[in-house]
Amino acid sequence: MPPLTMSEKILAKASGNESVRPGQIVDGSVDLLYMHEMLAMALIPFGEIGTAKVWDPTKIVVTLDHWVPPPTPEIAKMHQTIRDFCRRQGIQRFHDVGDHGIVHQLIAERGYAHPWDLVIGSDSHTNMVGALGAFAAGIGATDTAAVMATGRLWLRVPETIRVDVRGTLGRCTGAKDVILKVIGTTGDDGARYAAVEFAGPTVGALPMNERFVLCNMTTEMGAKVGMIAADETTKRYLAHNGIPFRPISSDDGATFAKSFAFDVDGMGPQVACPSNPANLKPVEEVQGTKIDVAFLGSCTNARIEDLRIAAELLKGEKVAPGVRFQITPASQIIYRQALEEGLIEIFMDAGATFTSSTCGPCFGGHLGTLAGDEVCISSTNRNYPGRMGSPQAQVYLASPWTVTASAIHGEITDPRKV
Amino acid sequence: MLREFRGRVWTFGDDVSTDHIIAGKYLGTTDAKVFAAHAFEAVDPTWSSKVQPGDVIVAGDNFGCGSSREQAPVALKTLGISGILANSFARIFFRNAINLGFPVLECPGLRAKVQPGDVIEVDMARGEVRIPHGQVMRFTALPPNVLEILEAGGLVAKIRSDLSTKRP
Repeated sequence: MPPLTMSEKILAKASGNESVRPGQIVDGSVDLLYMHEMLAMALIPFGEIGTAKVWDPTKIVVTLDHWVPPPTPEIAKMHQTIRDFCRRQGIQRFHDVGDHGIVHQLIAERGYAHPWDLVIGSDSHTNMVGALGAFAAGIGATDTAAVMATGRLWLRVPETIRVDVRGTLGRCTGAKDVILKVIGTTGDDGARYAAVEFAGPTVGALPMNERFVLCNMTTEMGAKVGMIAADETTKRYLAHNGIPFRPISSDDGATFAKSFAFDVDGMGPQVACPSNPANLKPVEEVQGTKIDVAFLGSCTNARIEDLRIAAELLKGEKVAPGVRFQITPASQIIYRQALEEGLIEIFMDAGATFTSSTCGPCFGGHLGTLAGDEVCISSTNRNYPGRMGSPQAQVYLASPWTVTASAIHGEITDPRKV
Repeated sequence: MLREFRGRVWTFGDDVSTDHIIAGKYLGTTDAKVFAAHAFEAVDPTWSSKVQPGDVIVAGDNFGCGSSREQAPVALKTLGISGILANSFARIFFRNAINLGFPVLECPGLRAKVQPGDVIEVDMARGEVRIPHGQVMRFTALPPNVLEILEAGGLVAKIRSDLSTKRP
């Protein structure tokens, strides 16, 4: 049998084939389907398909994350529809408002996805879950309905692009800076339809929270999935759920369509400038740019480790006058951790706003959107025109260090100088 | 879907994201008319009132990148756009469009050959586009499994038909 990449192995397993090759169309059996409010859109085609029941309620996870709590009566109604559907269908793993989280984070922290799984999510940043060694791809509403009805999805086996990272990350520099650098090099369609696999000593040494950042933003390279071999770090992260751990990695001699090598020794903080995630500049070239808003949130960078970074920089400091600094944790579990660790007090003392977990500000939905003349630095993942509010607003993407340092100084700031 | 169609061209550049097509603030509903009314507002607030049923979109690289929101192709289909021809498409947008029975075809190089307002003719099954002055450009037609979904009228119709043949 020819040597295979991780994504090829999982698609071979999911489609009952001994082996698969890039370009082949396979019919995959889905191990986990997860959804947020897109479920409401998917109910229209699901109703038209006409199977009364979902294929397997134990393989479905649903949470509410985009509009939490619901900002309009219409969205409150949408939540009711989803709540009723989950009850009627016997979907036990429905995480309602109060028990919610941004779905990718919730899937990871609750141990719902595992190495070797074919995971399908109704959101483009499903790629994040590939950091656990799963094949995790995002889809839209009609595909979601199809999986709900049949438990299967056709997939084209992607070519794999390998991204090797070596070198030691410097002070106030992390996975966000690495992935911004990668996207800045490949472009925002540099991995269109492909699987991106991260490897190399720097990646091997990263903790899970940072691995999630890398895979999360493979979406901004156009990738179908982002993956990292499941190793001892993955095993420790998943240890709490009691499911036997099975490592996965690409075979020696597996075929990669392209390979990139990055040496991050000496690399400083990176910033993606308006209005494309690939519009990259080192922080030195944009420092001094005045900001109105700083946002620390989203599935990309709002885990407890990110909040600790913000607290460390904010302790004894104040958010610059005229700047609103909003911190929105990626889940309720992280919210509680922040509370227990005393981080929320630090945020409040500094004059930052701390909110319940939601995707709201990242996609310009609610709970902190941008006016046309506002400039924002954000720990999120996309900065296309109109992404976070007005199409005229300017959004810079950066790490939690750079976002927090900029909030304190009222302008884009190199966090190494704080 | 129509295997062949003829329409007036609207042109767009590279990296048109789903945020451009329909902004996040309009997603708090399942009403397709709302998505249609606000389509491409970030580019031109009056676009949805100028576009006519039957018009065709011709775009550059990576059309439909970003969010998985199916409301983006729903908005364009609801306005009566007959199809989108782009140098390349982002993967989720491409799947969503096909699943809705909404024709999309990768036509590398076409964008450079047409102007806004040109009338072009498209043959989806053959992958042929007739541009002004009678020139015909040929592209790789959709793979058979994708064309099958499109010709069924979308994924729902395809699954319904598959399920009914399984249940005699």
